[in-house]
Amino acid sequence: MDDDLAARIARNPKYQELKSKRSSFGWLLTILMLVVYYGFVMLVAFNKPFLAQRLGEGVTTVGMPIGFGVILFTVVITGIYVRRANSEFDALADAVVKDALK
Amino acid sequence: MKMRNLATWFAAAALLAGAGTAWAAGGDLGQAEKQATNWTAIIMFAVFVIFTLFITKWAAARTKSAADFYTAGGGITGFQNGLAIAGDYMSAASFLGISAAVMTGGFDGLMYSIGFLVGWPVVTFLLAERLRNLGKFTFADVAAFRFEQTPVRVFAASGTLVVVAFYLIAQMVGAGQLIKLLFGLEYWIAVVVVGALMMIYVLFGGMTATTWVQIIKACLLLGGATFMALMVLWNFGFSPEAMFAKAVEVKTGIATAAGKAPDAAAKEGLSIMAPGGFIKDPISAISFGMALMFGTAGLPHILMRFFTVPNAKEARKSVLWATTWIGYFYLLTFIIGFGAITFVLTNPSFLDAKGGLMGGGNMAAIHLANAVGGNVFLGFISAVAFATILAVVAGLTLSGASAVSHDLYATVFKHGKADSASELKVTRITTVALGIVAVLLGIAFEKQNIAFMVSLAFAIAASANFPVLLMSVLWKDCTTRGAVIGGFLGLISSVGLTIVSPSVWEATLGNPKGSALFPYASPALFSMTIGFVGIWLFSVLDRSARGAKDRAGFLAQQVRSETGIGASSASGH
Repeated sequence: MDDDLAARIARNPKYQELKSKRSSFGWLLTILMLVVYYGFVMLVAFNKPFLAQRLGEGVTTVGMPIGFGVILFTVVITGIYVRRANSEFDALADAVVKDALK
Repeated sequence: MKMRNLATWFAAAALLAGAGTAWAAGGDLGQAEKQATNWTAIIMFAVFVIFTLFITKWAAARTKSAADFYTAGGGITGFQNGLAIAGDYMSAASFLGISAAVMTGGFDGLMYSIGFLVGWPVVTFLLAERLRNLGKFTFADVAAFRFEQTPVRVFAASGTLVVVAFYLIAQMVGAGQLIKLLFGLEYWIAVVVVGALMMIYVLFGGMTATTWVQIIKACLLLGGATFMALMVLWNFGFSPEAMFAKAVEVKTGIATAAGKAPDAAAKEGLSIMAPGGFIKDPISAISFGMALMFGTAGLPHILMRFFTVPNAKEARKSVLWATTWIGYFYLLTFIIGFGAITFVLTNPSFLDAKGGLMGGGNMAAIHLANAVGGNVFLGFISAVAFATILAVVAGLTLSGASAVSHDLYATVFKHGKADSASELKVTRITTVALGIVAVLLGIAFEKQNIAFMVSLAFAIAASANFPVLLMSVLWKDCTTRGAVIGGFLGLISSVGLTIVSPSVWEATLGNPKGSALFPYASPALFSMTIGFVGIWLFSVLDRSARGAKDRAGFLAQQVRSETGIGASSASGH
């Protein structure tokens, strides 16, 4: 791509919107993932008794749903990003491409 | 079992698991005992091989250009690619190793799975679509996009080859041990068979064949594991509580039989429901977590898969599918591990005289297959485990070969003027060379403890490849000099710190205990920091004309990475 075209696209407000939205959403979710994962690791490192508490009468502990929750969270948060990117971000990107090739 | 493990905080669980640490993305299955020749397994594996050879023949007819060879012509869908990525990640060692770790440690086994899964969202949010928009064949295409080609390519090829080499050795040794264990073949025969078949897939079928072998294997593995998990749950009326309760009862019974007082035995039984001695020092825990999480985003054979899909949307979809399948697979291994407590540990025919598992601790899932599905299903699971290694090894070799032919030969030596045919020729020569080297190293390392190698591969990927990739894509002021110096600093520090860490310095090199200079299980926390700081520092200090050009090139790169304008399109057909 030549620099003139790049500069022209970069001035497009839709491009600016796409860039800032994608970047802030991506970093927000990345930080969320880090907090959840390292939160879990720290819980295991520093508060084992909390995770070993039993849920109700049976042997199932608090740790089990939390552990599975982290796995589920990982898949769901990826899904949330992909959903928004596939609709909103791609629509914006298409609009930018259309404007650029006019 | 010897206390030889790559990670001190994994040591307790792995020690109990018996035959050494097992790794989600590959790894060491420990020294295995040779078993009686299992003909059902061999016949099923032969069927798999014949079928995949037909696929290779079909793929070979479609593989004409370099683009076909490296990226299957860009014609793989997001769903298919997701399965292939999951296939690259779900190795035999993760299937056997994690289920064995769950059987021994219960909850602690879950920690492995989570660590290996959490890198995927980060790949999705920060890299996947940008990689697709900027790259063509290898991740070096992306890392070197706006930089001076030669130094960055040389760095990226070094990063790729080092990661691939360690990963490949771990896989080859794992394959030999596993096959000795499952099929009753000699170690060297197993290694040669894996090497030869892998060369055929890659040489003739390129990425198309490698991808389809991976997809088929992923389906077989997911199908087999689903069946086992369902059979286990069915036995407990689909109640996880009933499954846990029975497992606790069995563990308590084993502890009682070992002569423990009722109180202590009950406590030991319940210990599988909560974290045990898994994480000892938080620095090791965080460092290891970083290697797993960010290493995923720097593994060349995984990154290469993003170029096989037609556009950014499909790249995104493929990571979502991959994350879903891998997460699902880890749920299955957890159920399989708990099932093994009840159905394997209570069945004397699976136990040796000392009460250990026949064939070693990693046989938990294999014995469970026999318990829930009989001898034919046992053969099926064994064949799938072999197929798994084969597919992973093929993907690794392809990625190593493309670093040599695309990054070094075509770009560095021929300055981008190599034609497709000569580039393909170099790839094929490299594939044969890598195959032979892998077989020789596999045989040479038979008796060695190679458990640290996969963790080293992850640490290098996280400390060298990932920082360069991330900074070159996202940071405007990154320059050629910063990327190359910082990248090499990350590479050297991760290898260096691993050598002086307890798992290599003491366990593998045989130095006295406590003499290791670096006390932690994984170098990633430190070597990643060194890599990132190096890139930042040498970019900021860079006042050269080249540096100015690198910074000026960011705008055009960013526009392309965000919009896909100018990105290599799908398929040359």
